[in-house]
Amino acid sequence: MSIFFQQLINGFFIGSVYGLFAIGYTLVFGVLDILNLAHAAIFTLGGLSALWLTTTAGLSPWEAFPLATLFSGVLGLVLYRVAFAPLRRRADSNLSGLISSIAMAIVFESAAMGIFGARTVRFPEGMFPNRVWHFGSIILTSLQLEIVVVALALMVVLTAWLKHTRTGKAVRAVAESENTARLLGINVERIVSETFFVSSALGGAAGILYGLYFDALAPNMGHSIELKGLAVIILGGMGSIPGAILGGIAFGLSEVFTVELTGMSNLRDAVAFTVLLLILILKPSGLLGRGRVREA
Amino acid sequence: MGMSAGNYAKKTAIVLALALGLTGICSRAPAAPKEAKIGFALSMTGAAAAYGETQKNGAQLAIDEINARAGKNGIKIVPVFEDDASQPEQGVNVFNRLIFADNVVIIIGPTLSNTAQVTDRIAQKAGVPVLGISNTAKGITDIGNYIFRDSLTEMQVIPDTIRVVKKKLGIKKVALMYGNDDAFTMSGYNAFKKALLDSHIKILTEQTFSKGDRDFSAQLTEIRSLKPDALVVSALVEEGSGIVSQARELGIPVSVPIIGGNGFNSPSLIKNAGKAAENVIVGAAWNESSSNPLNRRFVRAYTAKFGSPPDQFAAQAYAAVYIVLDALKRAGSTDNRKALRDALTHVKGLNTVLGKFSFTKNRDADCTPVVEIVKNGRFTVFGK
Repeated sequence: MSIFFQQLINGFFIGSVYGLFAIGYTLVFGVLDILNLAHAAIFTLGGLSALWLTTTAGLSPWEAFPLATLFSGVLGLVLYRVAFAPLRRRADSNLSGLISSIAMAIVFESAAMGIFGARTVRFPEGMFPNRVWHFGSIILTSLQLEIVVVALALMVVLTAWLKHTRTGKAVRAVAESENTARLLGINVERIVSETFFVSSALGGAAGILYGLYFDALAPNMGHSIELKGLAVIILGGMGSIPGAILGGIAFGLSEVFTVELTGMSNLRDAVAFTVLLLILILKPSGLLGRGRVREA
Repeated sequence: MGMSAGNYAKKTAIVLALALGLTGICSRAPAAPKEAKIGFALSMTGAAAAYGETQKNGAQLAIDEINARAGKNGIKIVPVFEDDASQPEQGVNVFNRLIFADNVVIIIGPTLSNTAQVTDRIAQKAGVPVLGISNTAKGITDIGNYIFRDSLTEMQVIPDTIRVVKKKLGIKKVALMYGNDDAFTMSGYNAFKKALLDSHIKILTEQTFSKGDRDFSAQLTEIRSLKPDALVVSALVEEGSGIVSQARELGIPVSVPIIGGNGFNSPSLIKNAGKAAENVIVGAAWNESSSNPLNRRFVRAYTAKFGSPPDQFAAQAYAAVYIVLDALKRAGSTDNRKALRDALTHVKGLNTVLGKFSFTKNRDADCTPVVEIVKNGRFTVFGK
């Protein structure tokens, strides 16, 4: 029985990491209908810049992590200016933006490799307090708990932001119809930029937590999570913030219990993506999606 | 004394003759120092970039040393570094360019066995020797008589590791974990499985993971519940250090050693896994703590130049350049590919950072593997 609970914790935790990554992804993809394939690269740079700030620049984690998150947001602005803004007037701007975001992802990743090297690096040992609790044979660490709490808190804050603030409402208006939003006096350009900033800052924060927990930061660390993040968004329902977290946790649990129940870890991805396929057939809008009606 | 017109003409003639003669020599054969053009096909970008980087460093260090010491009559090495982007297709382009455009006398590399399977055939056909420095998969040197390697295969290292561990610790049942989407980790898995069966050690469970995975908690929780005597892992260092640190975090006690292959033999394992790396046992082709003076000097020079200690990949690249130099000296030429190939087959008991080095008659590496264990954050010799 204790294995079951340990696996439950494992799945819940890894799922929160997926969800955390997917939140920023879904903000741009689900809400603005723009697929930004450089999100994983920003996730990587967020983690690596936090590492640089703590080691080379010698800042404490409390200073470095917010700074790195801000920096990721700024990278998001750069990304939007370079890869998406010049293409916005074109009829197929979302598709061409998708391609140019791949280009930016390569630029970001190469920059990371040039600056930080190709090796896997980690935050200095003991820099961030991590307590380990034993409940019988079940093990839980404070870092795991913090990541789950951060993921849930961000979910609540973001949902409230989209639902109740002026900017959040403007974001949804732009998503509904750019022209109408413009007629209503919304500065569309500014709103889209801001959404990119928030989305990328969240991506960077996810990168920091990911690097902190797994003790591994590398220029290619975004690759393994990129596809899963996309699957999580679709599983949870496009554009739904709680859906991203829920989808992430469902994905994490399905991975963990595949290993536990079948004993065959190579079936992990197969089962996770089969679940995704089934959900798409049974409920095409995803777990929390509502068909064509947009919701935050 | 004034210079007569006749004298002047004579002197001009001598200078002219000398100049002509010199250019004549230059165009026929390189004057001393002789220069050997060596091609390097390494993965500087892509999945194997971490290995390509230290390989290039190791090779560069050896080249700098050799060129600084070459003096007037020695052989100087002119390297041509190319990036195969960790992809076989790119490797083909690189090999074609090195062989037909750059006219190199030998190619060192490529980093990955997957790539070598394709590219080495091109070199074999063109009659260009290849010296692999990190290809450990089966069958690479079977491609032809121009293909060499200085990297010990998993089949050479792993049985030895299991034998030593069984002898010293008396393990009876283990859990096996491996990456199932990579030629290197798969051949490590096959070698481990065979060695475990041969020494009658029970395999309680086999768990897999993929390249780029960072979370191993599900597999490790399953393994923990079976209470193995040891955890046997075939992984590259990135995944390997994650497995090691998560295994300890999930409560697999330090008294259960974690046994790895060549991929674990890297300072970055200790750096990334931290304290969790204690009691990790690796079978390796190169031993950082070896007291061989050549090796000590290499570790010192490398650390001074690149700011971090070398790993096995750097050592194998470094050794490869010296192996080629040894063969070039006996080949009697710095641009005859056939003569260099023949000279390589006669490399015998050469003193390198890998220990006394020879090629087997199948052109594989022949040097002694060591089994190391991590104690107090350092690799130390566990047994032979």
